[in-house]
Amino acid sequence: MIRIFATLILACGLVSPAFAVTVKEVKSPRGLTAYLSEDHTSPVIAISFGFKGGTALDPEAKLGLSNLAASTLDEGAGDLDSFAFQSALEDRAITLRYSASDDAISGTLVTTAPNAAKAFELLHLSLTRPRFDAEPLERMRRQILVGIASRTENPNFVARQKLYQTMFGAHPYARDDDGTAATVKAISADDLRAWVKSRFGRDRLIIAASGDITAADLGKAMDMIFAELPATTGLNVMLAPATVAAKGQTVRVEKNLPQSVIYLGQKGLKRTDPDWYAATLVDYVLGGGSFSSRLMDEVREKRGLAYGVSTALAPYDAGAAMICSVATRADQAETSLALIRSEWKKIRDEGPTETELQGAKDYMIGAWPMRFTSTRAIADMLYAVQRDHLGIDYIDKRNSMLEAVTLDQAKRVARTLYDPDGLSVVVVGPTVKGAAPAGKPAAQAP
Amino acid sequence: MHRFFRPVAIGLLSFAAFVSVALPAHAAVYGAESFTLANGMQVVVVPNHRAPVVSLMIWYKNGAADDQPGKSGIAHFLEHLMFKGTPRYSAGAITDIVARHGGEQNAFTSHDYTAYYENVAVEHMPLMMDIEADRMRNLALDKKGVDTEREVIIEERRMRVDNVPAAILQERMAAALWMTNHYGVPVIGWEAEMRGLTQRDALDYYNKFYAPNNAILLVSGDVTRDSFKPLAEKYFGVLAPAKGWNGKQTKRTRAPFLYHHSNVHVSMTHEQVTQPQWSRDTIAPSYNVGDLADVHALEVLSQLMGGGSTAKMYRKLVIEQQVAATFSAGYDGETVSYGTFSVSMTPAPGVTPEKAEAAYDAALADLLKDGITDADVTLAKQRLNAQLAYAKDSPISAAQQVGSALTAGLTLDQVESWPEALAKVTAEDVRKAARKLFSESSSVTGVLLPEAGAAGGPSQ
Repeated sequence: MIRIFATLILACGLVSPAFAVTVKEVKSPRGLTAYLSEDHTSPVIAISFGFKGGTALDPEAKLGLSNLAASTLDEGAGDLDSFAFQSALEDRAITLRYSASDDAISGTLVTTAPNAAKAFELLHLSLTRPRFDAEPLERMRRQILVGIASRTENPNFVARQKLYQTMFGAHPYARDDDGTAATVKAISADDLRAWVKSRFGRDRLIIAASGDITAADLGKAMDMIFAELPATTGLNVMLAPATVAAKGQTVRVEKNLPQSVIYLGQKGLKRTDPDWYAATLVDYVLGGGSFSSRLMDEVREKRGLAYGVSTALAPYDAGAAMICSVATRADQAETSLALIRSEWKKIRDEGPTETELQGAKDYMIGAWPMRFTSTRAIADMLYAVQRDHLGIDYIDKRNSMLEAVTLDQAKRVARTLYDPDGLSVVVVGPTVKGAAPAGKPAAQAP
Repeated sequence: MHRFFRPVAIGLLSFAAFVSVALPAHAAVYGAESFTLANGMQVVVVPNHRAPVVSLMIWYKNGAADDQPGKSGIAHFLEHLMFKGTPRYSAGAITDIVARHGGEQNAFTSHDYTAYYENVAVEHMPLMMDIEADRMRNLALDKKGVDTEREVIIEERRMRVDNVPAAILQERMAAALWMTNHYGVPVIGWEAEMRGLTQRDALDYYNKFYAPNNAILLVSGDVTRDSFKPLAEKYFGVLAPAKGWNGKQTKRTRAPFLYHHSNVHVSMTHEQVTQPQWSRDTIAPSYNVGDLADVHALEVLSQLMGGGSTAKMYRKLVIEQQVAATFSAGYDGETVSYGTFSVSMTPAPGVTPEKAEAAYDAALADLLKDGITDADVTLAKQRLNAQLAYAKDSPISAAQQVGSALTAGLTLDQVESWPEALAKVTAEDVRKAARKLFSESSSVTGVLLPEAGAAGGPSQ
């Protein structure tokens, strides 16, 4: 058992109190491992778990398989049909959710301590004996189909989708995880059963827990829930490398809208990259820092061109991107785009200033305790720590790694990472005077 | 994103977190404590010691429904302008200082309230209190800042409404339902009126509402009443109340004038719509208007009708008849004026909104006739109660739940003793409240459609 005290020293000379999140590694009697933050201040338990390998593994002709399966796992299992299963959850206000992302199938269970035994049993059933009865399966399929139909003209969806296609080409990361109407209709109950058999192996399982439970009780619960899963399913989860095209393209999608939606993206860096912390700080300075960013200052505060503009690092297992998005008045879309390109170039050429870098550190370090304010948030954090191989002492170490980033390192990372010529751009909105026609690449803005 | 407005919350949302069978009788839901400063400011402390952080919130008892005619959007505009600074904290300084101390900061406006918050490590709380107290009385605006921010709120309107067909329809529905009543005007404002909002308008509005006697100071997190009281006195106790304040807490009311009973349909086609949607909003009693017993009965009714996939109407429309792909019901009674009971459906693929509506109307008629059993009501109450076990889990969501209830005019006792009020609801109460609601109250039904000939649209 490791006792972790994360002590926050803020640069402005103010000292945060130590906040204690005790993380221990729990080994179950049958050999499963989990990270646990035991905390009895609230009678709530959260378990966050997942299996490496996500929607990117779905076959092309049955795209949406993982999403449909994740939606239907909690719709009946064992002797409980959909109604009985959902009633058992609702009667006790137990939350059980599965979700499918590009690289993982994950789940969350939140329960009160008095209902924990029942909650664990329901989770176990959904993982090991899901029914996939025709009624709930068709109902989930209909919900997904109307969801797909609803968003085909949604400018944010279109822009993001186009950007990913432009950046990732034929790689599975470029696909829409939910599939198309045709591929969703092609998925059978047998496909879902085969999916469960191939995806849920203990060799790719990660478990995290927090809240009102002891290590001994968690160990027993882990065995009851997960131990009967196969040791391995033999599934290969390695994807081909997802490389982002080095030369950016501009794509315009003509739509009659009062406001243009613009997405930009380029190659990023993976979570395991040694420059990760420097990159998060530089990203904060450019556009990740909500109100305190250069882009927000230029686009919103000085000119009122948009309600918001933001950037984010988007790391995946097989590749990485950096994304920027803005929704801006249609007749000024080119101005906003030029400002973003100009700031992109400036951060590459000059990097952040000492003051900006310190400001980014102050915020990210100071806001760290805010990530530990609910039982579920703590479990989710401990899941991510294991998924990204950050180490059991990560919660303690993280701030010192941010603190250790020097101005020189930040400038070097900015110089090598940010590439204005590598930016792909998607503009969804009306064609306005001076802009290139839909579908044709525009002249590069300054 | 920053400085967002929140439309009137649908019942389920505002309600779920408020809402433990496991609670012994008379246990307070949040364990909040309250006191009032001499200048009229109510102070509420919700202790939660799981992490050394607090959510500090200032809730002003004014919202978009207090916008003067012709000045729609002013409450929300001022919310934005409150970040522009004071003589002590210059433009940009507020955002910068909060960020530098690791604080998450934002604000939001509804029809009934305007709220500001900082989620921050507890040792920086006094600095946040200093900032909030200062900008409550000493806001400084310049013309350029006001002019630029006006463009920002117009872009916000485009992003949230003009670019979103469902939101355009929702505006039309509210206008049709509420007519000239306050809730018929969008929180963000009508664009033409937003363009006319001036620095003078903003300052007039600020001077009218931004004073301690019109605000609630709420802190949730790693504090106690005893540790917080001296700080509240130090930073906020020294502020002058509004000029002419009579020294009393006035109960918030809005003229509850309703036009003659009507059930209106609003239908809209739009080129960006590719999947029909159907919804109906019905004017309902609230904690402030009508019979309080009906309020609790409607809380139960919304759960029983559409509070999940085992709810009665969901089962009938989505599972048995398969006319809808989704169905939900919600009730918001935490409002200064009337409340709203809302239902919405996504018609199943190939089903027209007309057919889905007819199925809903028939299912509702069956429900009102003899479809609400004692067992249904017992189960719905049990499930609402079960959700309360999570009320104390997060200091941040507790702050939002308590604050929005208090600004809507509920007493802290009503918030804390909600499980007892719920326990008293009988099946007959629910039947009576439901029949009254759906026979006597005005409603608006909204249908969102693709353009004729478009994919998913009418085939002719």
